Amino acid sequence: MPQEDVAQFTVRSVQVLAEDETVDDELVPELTDDQLLDLYEQMKRSRRLDERGIALQRRGELGTYAPAIGQEAAQVGSAYALADDDWLVPSFREQAALLTHGTDPEQILQYAMGMEEGAEIPGGKGALPPAIPVGSQPLHAVGIGWGEALQDRDTIAITYFGDGATSEGDVYEAFNFAGVSDSQTVFICQNNRYAISTGVEKQTKAKTLAQKAIAAGIEGVQVDGNDVLGVYRVAREAVEKARNGNPVLIEALTYRRSMHTTSDDPTAYRGHEEEAEWELRDPILRFQVFLENREILDEETEGTIDERIESELADAIDQANKERQAIDPADMFRFVYDDMPSELEQQSDAFEEGVEGDTDG
Amino acid sequence: MAERLRMVEAVRDTLDAELARDDSVVVYGEDVGRVGGVFRATQGLINDYPDRVFDTPVAEAGIIGTGVGLAATGMKPVAEIQFQSFLYQGFHQLAQHVARIRSRSRGTITCPMTIRMPYGGGIHALELHSESYEAGFSHLPGLQVVFPSSPAETKGLLTSAIRDPDPVIFMEPTRLYRSFREEVPDQHKIPLGEARVVEFGDDVTVVAWGSMLRKTLDAVNDVEASVEVIDPRTLYPLDTQTIVESVKKTGRCVVVHEAPKTAGMGGEITARINEEAFLYLEAPVERVTGYDVPVPLFAREDDYLPDEDRIRNGISRALEFG
Repeated sequence: MPQEDVAQFTVRSVQVLAEDETVDDELVPELTDDQLLDLYEQMKRSRRLDERGIALQRRGELGTYAPAIGQEAAQVGSAYALADDDWLVPSFREQAALLTHGTDPEQILQYAMGMEEGAEIPGGKGALPPAIPVGSQPLHAVGIGWGEALQDRDTIAITYFGDGATSEGDVYEAFNFAGVSDSQTVFICQNNRYAISTGVEKQTKAKTLAQKAIAAGIEGVQVDGNDVLGVYRVAREAVEKARNGNPVLIEALTYRRSMHTTSDDPTAYRGHEEEAEWELRDPILRFQVFLENREILDEETEGTIDERIESELADAIDQANKERQAIDPADMFRFVYDDMPSELEQQSDAFEEGVEGDTDG
Repeated sequence: MAERLRMVEAVRDTLDAELARDDSVVVYGEDVGRVGGVFRATQGLINDYPDRVFDTPVAEAGIIGTGVGLAATGMKPVAEIQFQSFLYQGFHQLAQHVARIRSRSRGTITCPMTIRMPYGGGIHALELHSESYEAGFSHLPGLQVVFPSSPAETKGLLTSAIRDPDPVIFMEPTRLYRSFREEVPDQHKIPLGEARVVEFGDDVTVVAWGSMLRKTLDAVNDVEASVEVIDPRTLYPLDTQTIVESVKKTGRCVVVHEAPKTAGMGGEITARINEEAFLYLEAPVERVTGYDVPVPLFAREDDYLPDEDRIRNGISRALEFG
């Protein structure tokens, strides 16, 4: 039998709004001016939350915080493609996506202040809590997309992870499981170039991360992750495919402009020159010029948006701080089991007595 | 109407009943569909429930991790891990997500998942087919760890496990799958967290579960003393009260398990007896266990596993102390 090629693959890459501000008009998604402004506002809200988060951490008011600065387009553009009842399965850097999908900034702050209240999903649906291990959560999204399909609902799950996570076995298992179970899942890999300090070139020899979908038999597509219109367009298509049981992996090429977390010092592994280069490709800056060129955004509107964000965030910080003062530590016993086992009840009673004992002096 | 079933048939019978009773139950794992599992515990179910019984890729993290998502959508996942040792490939999903999702989401997302797996030695299996990592599971807050020791117990406990709103590790002793039949009632539910006094006695208490319970019952047939045998059935939650009450009566206790001795559940049970019945003890609590070595291949397996002689010797040590 002669040798022959039995399979060939290509990876599509999409960009709508280029770095030099040129626009591919044919690819501009159909969005109203208000929707376009909404995308802009969500990106700014996330940016300001992260800036405030870093400052609060430095003042000792938050624990370790993982900013998404630079990745707002990848997150907002994709989450904007979701319906209200779709599921969002985040890693630990998805403030922008969560805000877009309806999570309050206050909840994000609560989590960063060390309160489980921040991981509680109001109404029990819509998003899973942050996942701290690397790459474990795409499997949960696949389970959700599978469960929704089994119950004949067209709700989908979208899940976020980074370039480093694609080295984890669970992420491949997730692609593969999704494929064989026709799970209603969209995978968003935010290739932000670094897994803490390890560059993507040390993470894989593959030319793209989108092609990791190919081995699992699902579609992989790449998009300029700093182009919010491009991300929205690709995500919109992927969400519709997922609703029909065809999972899609999107690789969003982006850059984490600040630190991995507030415990990290990026100067140890990358130069100022590289950071300056990516500053010019900033997703918010690029989209702002687009909106101004189309006369959708002017200084006054920008001022109104900024004021609204600042006042919302100030309220959220206030509120989260108040709640922190009022937490009940005995809560840690209450949510482990539906029906508290007697040995845990004994530990809980002993804890409560101890607390009372201390108070009584 | 009660039927005389083997343990593996009781598993199947229970899964069948729960699939019929509750549309949200989904049974999945590697090979559970067409061949009905390597031990045939799911045989034929795919024919009756083609939309809720699935063969999955061989990927333990995937099997356990997708359970979190299935549960979040309202399904009740009943997953099979082919052998307990293969769970290690998905242990991170169990520890990092399944066990914690209720507490970290303050009860808004729960995982009523049952993870069934054959465990333990004595069937001359391959390497890594004979372990019993029960202490590790019991150490993870949020999980419940259940050990059936007979066909009827299997039905009663598995029914409760599947209906339980929290995750359950269901450890099926491979050695007992086909070793004997007993009457298994149609409707049968045993609450989790309640021990069973299998034999009543006054001189010494022996605590054993799973396949070691059978060994213990064989062993005590030849013991002159009056032995009380307790099957805790669940290691978490552990029915401390039943054990402690028995020890208060007998003053002596032997714990039997096939897992390694160090940091095994025998240590935990001993500690609880010390906490609650120290002044009643007439002898140190004895442990008869596997050794702190990897479970050997089958040529040496019988030397590793506690047998009737070792159990009887443990009982003698407890009886003869002081």
